[in-house]
Amino acid sequence: MRGTVARLVLALVAAGCGRGDRAAVHTGSPARFGFGRAATTADVSAWDIDVTPDGTGLPPGKGTVPQGAAIYARKCAACHGPTGTEGPSDRLVGREPREGFPFGRDPRFVRTVGNYWPYATTLYDYVNRAMPFDKPGSLTPDEVYGLVAFLLWRNEIVADTTVINAHTLPQVVMPAHDRFVPDNRRGGPEIH
Amino acid sequence: MADASISRRTLLASAASAVGAHALSRVGRAQVPAQATHPVVPPDPTKVPGSPPSQLGQRSVFEQPRRIPIGNGHSSVAPIQDLYGIVTPADLHFERHHAGVPVIDPQRYKLLIHGMVERPQVFDLDALKRFPAVSRMHFLECSGNGTPSYRGIRPNLSPQLIDGLTSTSEWSGVPLAVLFREVGVKPGATWFLAEGDDAAVMTRSIPIDKAWDDALIAYGQNGEALRPEQGYPARLFLPGWEGNANVKWIRRIEIADRPFMTREETSKYSDPLADGTARLFSFVMDAKSIITFPAYPVTLPDRGWWEISGIAWSGRGRITRVEVSTDGGKRWEAAELQQPVLPKCHTRFRYLWNWPGGATTLLSRAVDETGYVQPTLEHLQTARGLGTAYHFNHIRAWRVQSDGAVTFGLEG
Repeated sequence: MRGTVARLVLALVAAGCGRGDRAAVHTGSPARFGFGRAATTADVSAWDIDVTPDGTGLPPGKGTVPQGAAIYARKCAACHGPTGTEGPSDRLVGREPREGFPFGRDPRFVRTVGNYWPYATTLYDYVNRAMPFDKPGSLTPDEVYGLVAFLLWRNEIVADTTVINAHTLPQVVMPAHDRFVPDNRRGGPEIH
Repeated sequence: MADASISRRTLLASAASAVGAHALSRVGRAQVPAQATHPVVPPDPTKVPGSPPSQLGQRSVFEQPRRIPIGNGHSSVAPIQDLYGIVTPADLHFERHHAGVPVIDPQRYKLLIHGMVERPQVFDLDALKRFPAVSRMHFLECSGNGTPSYRGIRPNLSPQLIDGLTSTSEWSGVPLAVLFREVGVKPGATWFLAEGDDAAVMTRSIPIDKAWDDALIAYGQNGEALRPEQGYPARLFLPGWEGNANVKWIRRIEIADRPFMTREETSKYSDPLADGTARLFSFVMDAKSIITFPAYPVTLPDRGWWEISGIAWSGRGRITRVEVSTDGGKRWEAAELQQPVLPKCHTRFRYLWNWPGGATTLLSRAVDETGYVQPTLEHLQTARGLGTAYHFNHIRAWRVQSDGAVTFGLEG
């Protein structure tokens, strides 16, 4: 998928250049205004919680499938269902269909972590920042790792003995990870 | 004509046509909720003094346009059939949020810009407002707009329920390029992450060229501070790009050399396609139009002259032409475009129609400055597949029955 990312980056960089010229609202604008203040290390560390596909941003800690199952039952099942399939909120679990990627053709298939999400690291990033819905940002790193392990196992992507941590999570290859392509719409008469 | 059930559109039509007032009472849209409290209306307003001035104006109690909350409590749609021209009043601007509307103290607000920069900086609201500012008219549209018109079409859908996730405002703020120049973006930077200060801590990755082009950190909307639902006190604004990427309540920007692959840009806001792939980062909203009058639930009381009216817009620039068909697509004629026609902004179109009576179908199609022509539903379904998600910009159809009732969709 890194190859796909690289192609995306190249395509979008090639699409437009001309940086900087329009930054000046007025002719004669200074190179810098000097407004604001320098960010401190504390400013950055307090908010820099993102996790990227190469694992950058993952904290120390670890979690297992049984640990995650217990947390899921307590903090997630009320919205996502006892097994992650019942809802009422987003369905998290499901590998159907086993073959192909028919979501564009057929609206009957529900997109889940197992059949649609391209990156396992996104699970950590999202659960950590936004879940549980009624207490976002309340989970410890070990709890998030455990939930990620549980959801990956429920989606038949890792074994029930798997330990998820900053080293193992970026190595998990999601079933749908080669299905994603950059935007090919460019305006003009063609309909894509 | 003091009857509050007669809508403004009825009054407008009355002035522009010879249709009788008796017949017009059937056109009303039941816009006024039953619980609206009406002031005492004097028999002759010239014979009693009116109200004194006030600190804050209110709409006439005879006008009660309303957003409609939809879905699972995270969206509301704007009453596009009740609006004139191109501007959306800020309190009727559509809403889409992922964990509710946060309350943010402007005194404590700050925006952090870090990552691949020479000088990581923190800007409070006063600092943001001290930079040279710009104001621009642009539409903002959720890329899920139009979903009810793509599959499972129902005849009893109003413009609001079909396409109410679009609104136009004058947005004021500081160009993101000014801030990026201020922090000194390092060579090799190609993307940035935008993060919100809401309970979803919403994140999207944005190609950095959009910052050098026309992105804003906006703090003003239609002449006043942003509404809380629109990101108070500051939001990212990306002209012409799908609503979700315009991160509200923005607190952090991290500049990088790759996208971050957040949940909102992978599992959501990606477009599964008929060929077994899914499109990532489909930011631009393609050209689109919808007739907002006549439209469900309006019933035309009589044949004769009616002004067909609607809005058109394109995320790629200006609308250059809107064509209207009053016979189900056999003949197309150019509608009049109301000035100003602005890039990446709603454009009002009008077409004078002499309805001869009888059932027919009304259509509109927009063309933008790239030569893109709003496609038919069949064309878009062939290109993307019936199961695709987001970016439903195909032609909308209104069926006029012989009794004047208007319903959504191609079928009678």
